[in-house]
Amino acid sequence: MKEISEMKLPDNVKYTDDHEWAKDEGGNVKIGITDYAQDQLGDIVFVEMPEVGATYEKGDEFGTVESVKAVSELFMPICGEIVAINEGLEDAPEQVNSDPYDGGWMISVKPSDTGELDALMDKAAYLDMLKG
Amino acid sequence: MTEKMGTTGLILKEKLLWERGKTGREGFSFPRQDVDQTPMDPEFARDDLDIPDLSEVDVIRHFTRLSTWNFGVDTGMYPLGSCTMKYNPKTNERQASLPGFAGAHPLLPESLSQGALELMYNLERYLAEITGMDAVSLQPAAGAHGELAGMLLIYAYHKSKGNQRHKIIIPDTAHGTNPASAALCGYTPVPVKSNERGVLSTEDIAAVMDDDTAGIMVTNPNTLGLFEENMKEVADIVHAKGGLVYGDGANMNAVMGIIDMKEIGIDVLHLNLHKTFSTPHGGGGPGSGPVCVNKILEPFLPVPRVEKKDGKFRLQYNRPDAIGRLMTFHGHFGIMVRAYSYILSMGPDGLKKASQLAVLNANYIKEKLKDIYHLPFDRPCMHECVFSDKHQSGNKVSTLDIAKRLLDYGFHPPTVYFPLVVSGAIMIEPTETECKDDIDQFIQAMRDIAGEAKENPELLHKSPEKTKVSRLDEAAAARKPCLAG
Amino acid sequence: MRYLPHTDEEISEMLGVVGAESLDDLFSTVPTNCCCRLPIDLPEALSEWDLNRHMDELSGNMAVSPDYKVFMGAGSYDHFIPASNTYVRSRSEFVTSYTPYQPEMSQGTLQGIYEYQTLAARLMGMDVATASHYDGATALTEALLMAIRKTRKQKVAVSRLVHPLHREVIKTYFGPTGFEIIELPAGPDGRTDLSAIDGLDDIAAVAIQSPNFFGCIEDLKIAAEKAGAQKALFITSFTEAIAYGLLKSPGSLGAEIVAGDGQSLGLPRSFGGPGLGMLGSKSKYVRSLPGRLVGRATDVNGKDGFVLTLSTREQHIRREKATSNICSNNSLCALSAAIYMATLGGSGLRRLAEMNHQKAEYLKNELKKAGMTIPFSAKTFNEFVVKFPDGFKSSYDRLLEKKIVAGLPLASYYPELADHYLLCATETASREDMDMLVREVTV
Repeated sequence: MKEISEMKLPDNVKYTDDHEWAKDEGGNVKIGITDYAQDQLGDIVFVEMPEVGATYEKGDEFGTVESVKAVSELFMPICGEIVAINEGLEDAPEQVNSDPYDGGWMISVKPSDTGELDALMDKAAYLDMLKG
Repeated sequence: MTEKMGTTGLILKEKLLWERGKTGREGFSFPRQDVDQTPMDPEFARDDLDIPDLSEVDVIRHFTRLSTWNFGVDTGMYPLGSCTMKYNPKTNERQASLPGFAGAHPLLPESLSQGALELMYNLERYLAEITGMDAVSLQPAAGAHGELAGMLLIYAYHKSKGNQRHKIIIPDTAHGTNPASAALCGYTPVPVKSNERGVLSTEDIAAVMDDDTAGIMVTNPNTLGLFEENMKEVADIVHAKGGLVYGDGANMNAVMGIIDMKEIGIDVLHLNLHKTFSTPHGGGGPGSGPVCVNKILEPFLPVPRVEKKDGKFRLQYNRPDAIGRLMTFHGHFGIMVRAYSYILSMGPDGLKKASQLAVLNANYIKEKLKDIYHLPFDRPCMHECVFSDKHQSGNKVSTLDIAKRLLDYGFHPPTVYFPLVVSGAIMIEPTETECKDDIDQFIQAMRDIAGEAKENPELLHKSPEKTKVSRLDEAAAARKPCLAG
Repeated sequence: MRYLPHTDEEISEMLGVVGAESLDDLFSTVPTNCCCRLPIDLPEALSEWDLNRHMDELSGNMAVSPDYKVFMGAGSYDHFIPASNTYVRSRSEFVTSYTPYQPEMSQGTLQGIYEYQTLAARLMGMDVATASHYDGATALTEALLMAIRKTRKQKVAVSRLVHPLHREVIKTYFGPTGFEIIELPAGPDGRTDLSAIDGLDDIAAVAIQSPNFFGCIEDLKIAAEKAGAQKALFITSFTEAIAYGLLKSPGSLGAEIVAGDGQSLGLPRSFGGPGLGMLGSKSKYVRSLPGRLVGRATDVNGKDGFVLTLSTREQHIRREKATSNICSNNSLCALSAAIYMATLGGSGLRRLAEMNHQKAEYLKNELKKAGMTIPFSAKTFNEFVVKFPDGFKSSYDRLLEKKIVAGLPLASYYPELADHYLLCATETASREDMDMLVREVTV
């Protein structure tokens, strides 16, 4: 397990208390799980994804992420429509471990309310939460 | 350092079955062809059955080699907590394979199956007597199936009152099957934490028990190996609000002849014949999970029930309140024969003594290891004790490393990482059939490993080294599952 | 007691370490209001000698071959089990081990189950088979629940010719759930009336047994097409696994999930259990399958081995959200089935299945020649329905006294079928025995 000081926590993404991250990519929002979450879960073996085109409310479960001995639900940080999923994770779910913010992204969402993203935690607030 | 049980030996490789086969071999003796050959219409027949042809020698050698890669209770101590890996008496196997039992068709007319029905009738009465409950159904196939039966009975009871409920209380020390079984009946689990003494507190139960809660699922002794000392009061609270108490009897081996389950407030209890009553685990089953109930729940028991009338045994189907049928036929009869044979071999005094010695063995191990392994609840235990890796984790040695190192010492590891309430749990259940010498050897192995954890943690990380394979990459296996050849 | 190894001296010594005065004293943490047990009232312990006598007597009260001629299948079949099979499956390393949670010292069970999964999948025409379930009824029920989860629909269509006791189990499991069972009726030829599937909307699955309870071989291809047209998963069930040594596999005819009982694959009937719940699916449903699965893996040194895998589907991890509550399965029965299938091989299974078919055809024809009615025209495997003369019950009872069980009376399962009996002849039925049956029913 990593110490909190070893966690990769980029400045340009927002964080949720369920340990998802969300990043504005010029209109659509990319979503994945944080370095802390992947470290807690251990070796990721499978990511269950939603259908493209589905719409979710903020806080809805959009999928699950599985390690060998644990399964964890994934929750929407914002509301919106799924416009893309990371199909690469089907063959290589380990990217969530090795590269949680880039190769390990999970879904791309067209937000219904752009204000919701701003309301999420920034790096400092998330770090405070992790430190408890 | 004492001499280890584990040694090196000649372990033979063995191919997969289909890598051994050759068309033209046969391993089966066919009966005489005494009727005309009427071919099946080709429209119905297949031509794609890809199963290897082998000789009888091939088959025996293949599976014998495979068996040598396994470890069983007959091989050595198997202190797997919550699983009651006691010795499986060989006379039980003889009884179950008697041609009259092994060859019997389940739908024979009652007049032609009196022996099997009598055995089932007697076994139900014996299990009722051992638990203190009023009536028993032997139909459930395994512990989880018995739990499901219990939940269906509770569901049927509330339904009969015209007042279905939606929640069920499940303590954090419960077996994982408990919430899964409850969910099949549409009950939402309400988790309750055990208190600082490792047991349920009456206040916590009173706080969540309400008239939309169907009842509580309690394992007693619980999975920390502790007796739920407030059991009677907890049951009173649940009953006062119209709920029922489900007892998970997986740990019955601690209390045969000592606790009366009905008396402590349990309404329905499942047993594992493959734990307490000595039937073998078979590498994961078949087991048998009879469900025992009090008078209130008896009308709901699954059909058919075995009855005795005018000295004859018969199957009663006409039970309008029954939950229905849980298996195609009568349950795992072959397992029932073994348990029946065990009970008759032990007698009432033998069963009680078995529980006493199971508890003695667990407490002895607890006392002999608690100076070097962290014991989260330092109290007298029942048939199992739970340690953790807290004293070893500073050296980056985890419960998994300790468990794997035990393999090299020639022991099956304890249950690890369960119950979840203890981080890095090491749950040891020696059972009564381990003698003091073997237990001392196990204790010494655990002590040696604690020493190695301090001096040479790398040795533990690399273990096991003497087994046919070492640690397997479970993540890779789950990412790209290969489930058939 | 021979299973309790402690000497009195050892007990005293151990009590001393624990700090207890006596064995009773070990239970001091049990409150007095819980410890109110009267001595258990059970028969005194029997010696092994006396136990044998008692058990010989009980088992001697059972009607079994060779004393009795039992022409009854209906989900429990009389097949010959080679001595080699009983011998090797009884090895204590298989029998006395636990679920292979520690793969390093359980490779025997794991490879054996992997081989079972493979052979079972090939027999059923599926991509994957689970490590086993309790029996055919519970496997079929789990298959239906799986289809309900997968499709998020609440209704299933089940043929009336699925084993009546399997249908009872489905009903029991469905009791508290609100899921609905639509019964597909039987047609006049002894097969399911598949036209009833047309127009059923919003169904999660269609379940057809083949050979069905009347022994008739169903048209699975048409059933699969019709189920597909309703966007329902097509499930095939079976009770006689030997049939698929000869018949086209359900998977090759369009089944997406197959569930059945594998008792025929080398397991004694044992008064109905333990049998073997077989469950398989196409690979796209593998993560929805309930029950244990064994998969290939490599160890840290690159050696090949096997582990339990995809366990996040199971109760110990996913708890109330698991695909099933199943924990123990019928592992040793699955291993036995693998041993049996290996003993026969593909060629032997085919030959055995043909022989079963021929024996049953012989008996059917002889009964027909003797004037009995064969009410259903559909092709059968090793079981078939006979309509005996009205009021046959008294003849049936007379035959029981002559140690012949002339099939299973169907009226209690299908009230409209008075005097109809389900008969079965496997490879174990000799021509002389069948001729005797025909003679006796025509007396």
